[in-house]
Amino acid sequence: MAVELTCIVCPRGCHLHVDDDLNVTGNSCPRGAVYGKQEVSNPVRTLTSTVVVEGSGHLWVCPVKTDVAIPKGKLFDAMKEVNAVKAKVPVHIGDVLLKGIAGTEANLIATREILD
Amino acid sequence: MEKRDLVIIGGGSAGMAAAVAAYDKGVHDILILERTEFLGGILNQCIHNGFGLHEFKEELTGPEFFTRFVKQVEERGIEYKLSANVVGVTKDKVVTYFSGEDGCVEVQAKAIVMAAGCYERNAGAIGIPGDRPSGVITAGQAQLYLNAYGYMVGKKVFILGSGDIGLIMARRMTLEGAKVLGVAELMPYSNGLERNIQQCLKDFDIPLYLSHTVTKVIGKGKLEAIEISQVDERMKPIPGTEKRFEVDTLLLSIGLIPNNDLLDKAGIEASKTRGAKVDSRMMTLSAPGIFSAGNVLHVHDLVDYVVAEGRTAGEGAAAYIKGELKPSEEGILTEAGKGIGYVVPAKLDLDAPGDALEVKFRVSRPSKNVYVVYSQGGVPIKKILKLAIIPSEMEIYKLPKNLLKADGGPLTVSLEPKEEK
Ligand SMILES: Cc1cc2nc3c(=O)[nH]c(=O)nc-3n(C[C@H](O)[C@H](O)[C@H](O)COP(=O)(O)OP(=O)(O)OC[C@H]3O[C@@H](n4cnc5c(N)ncnc54)[C@H](O)[C@@H]3O)c2cc1C
Ligand code: SF4
Repeated sequence: MAVELTCIVCPRGCHLHVDDDLNVTGNSCPRGAVYGKQEVSNPVRTLTSTVVVEGSGHLWVCPVKTDVAIPKGKLFDAMKEVNAVKAKVPVHIGDVLLKGIAGTEANLIATREILD
Repeated sequence: MEKRDLVIIGGGSAGMAAAVAAYDKGVHDILILERTEFLGGILNQCIHNGFGLHEFKEELTGPEFFTRFVKQVEERGIEYKLSANVVGVTKDKVVTYFSGEDGCVEVQAKAIVMAAGCYERNAGAIGIPGDRPSGVITAGQAQLYLNAYGYMVGKKVFILGSGDIGLIMARRMTLEGAKVLGVAELMPYSNGLERNIQQCLKDFDIPLYLSHTVTKVIGKGKLEAIEISQVDERMKPIPGTEKRFEVDTLLLSIGLIPNNDLLDKAGIEASKTRGAKVDSRMMTLSAPGIFSAGNVLHVHDLVDYVVAEGRTAGEGAAAYIKGELKPSEEGILTEAGKGIGYVVPAKLDLDAPGDALEVKFRVSRPSKNVYVVYSQGGVPIKKILKLAIIPSEMEIYKLPKNLLKADGGPLTVSLEPKEEK
């Protein structure tokens, strides 16, 4: 099925048309073609959220992200797992809090340092 | 009275960048005053990614981005005070702050960098008709509750205004299990970045109602429903177009305003943006030695530019403290011409470092195929073709100094349609 989308790689916002064979038209530069193909064949997003943190006197939650982008369709499954995760102080940026989230290759990592 | 070389008001991205830059230029007696419990400013609550593509060449989340600056501040041993609220500034550079630890303290500074960020317009600012129930809150407040305290303000949400904070919150609350029923935007175009429209609304099938506004808020005590209507070209609601949504929360994402009250009260002249009028080094025109950078000067969409501005201010402050920078009467005033919302700085300073001077501006409305024309004293000196230009993205142009004449009159930025051949 052909798809219409707006390229978000730069502010120009070209209107892309991607056909069944992943041919992109409407792009004003090659970056738009790359984006259009990826977006139609396997759209991925970095998930960011928070998890409960225990033992801190300042913060209730710790921000987290997936270390690589995950398929868009897995976002809600991933959120279910995120909401069951708890972190404990000390937390460092990059600490892995959950491996292989929602059956993907991605890990959930902390994005904030919480020492006390 | 306590004495300091440099006092920085606000420990967000602009304030930290200014402190580091001033330190690296040899000024070490610096005090950063931050009202909240943390350095980092607004980025404490911006847990999404999209920060630092220019600065660090990677896409970071807000907390990852500001932590790198906190490290730079701490590595240099720059002093900062948290929970220290600045309540007054004078043109003579006396800063008054209040903290639980120190009580009320006055500091005489040689230079000041104002970096107090911005605040959100709230319901009072637009006067929505109807009841005044609880459940109507700004998107930034909701973001703070959720991302700092883990508290969701509601389950059925409508958003007024297509500013980026509202869009980011639409996605965030949807992922946390809320139902976001729609976003209404008064203008015929979105005020948010295109990538946020795509990744925060379209990804989750959240409708965006352009040329619409909230015309009724319904609920006794608690919000029960809202009504939106389409507006005509003069922004007046069109009768008969009302749509009703049952919601428990209305988020307002209707604009940010520089938090410049301290400089206003000190009698320092403000510009169209409501931030101070500054020159190319970010020094205020009416108070030498007081600098301004970041969202307190004009609202930015990219933190990278906030940091760059903070650095310019920090370096300027260091030069001023060392006596290398004398306030001058000269310089080229700037003006926003046809199609331009505002221009920063208010005055171009040919003595500022570098071969080119930065001119930052926003257009008043989206346009395609236009020239941005820079003219001095009415004579065009540079024309740049833009295939598309939108108000939600700030434009920066480095204007070569050799195009400018010290006595050539004011510089005007304006838009001119491209002639069809
Ligand atoms: C919701 C949102 C999303 C954004 N998303 C992106 C993005 O994806 N990518 C990107 O690059 N940029 C983004 N930005 C823009 C950018 O990150 C911010 O504009 C930037 O961080 C602002 O920095 P600042 O230092 O000017 O202000 P702030 O970070 O607001 O810092 C101001 C500081 O001053 C303190 N302060 C205020 N008044 C006083 C006082 N009287 N005394 C003492 N301290 C005081 C405040 O507590 C605060 O810590 C976003 C902005 C927002 C609001
Ligand atoms: S196709 Fe190229 S020019 Fe068009 S929006 Fe995408 S990146 Fe920009």
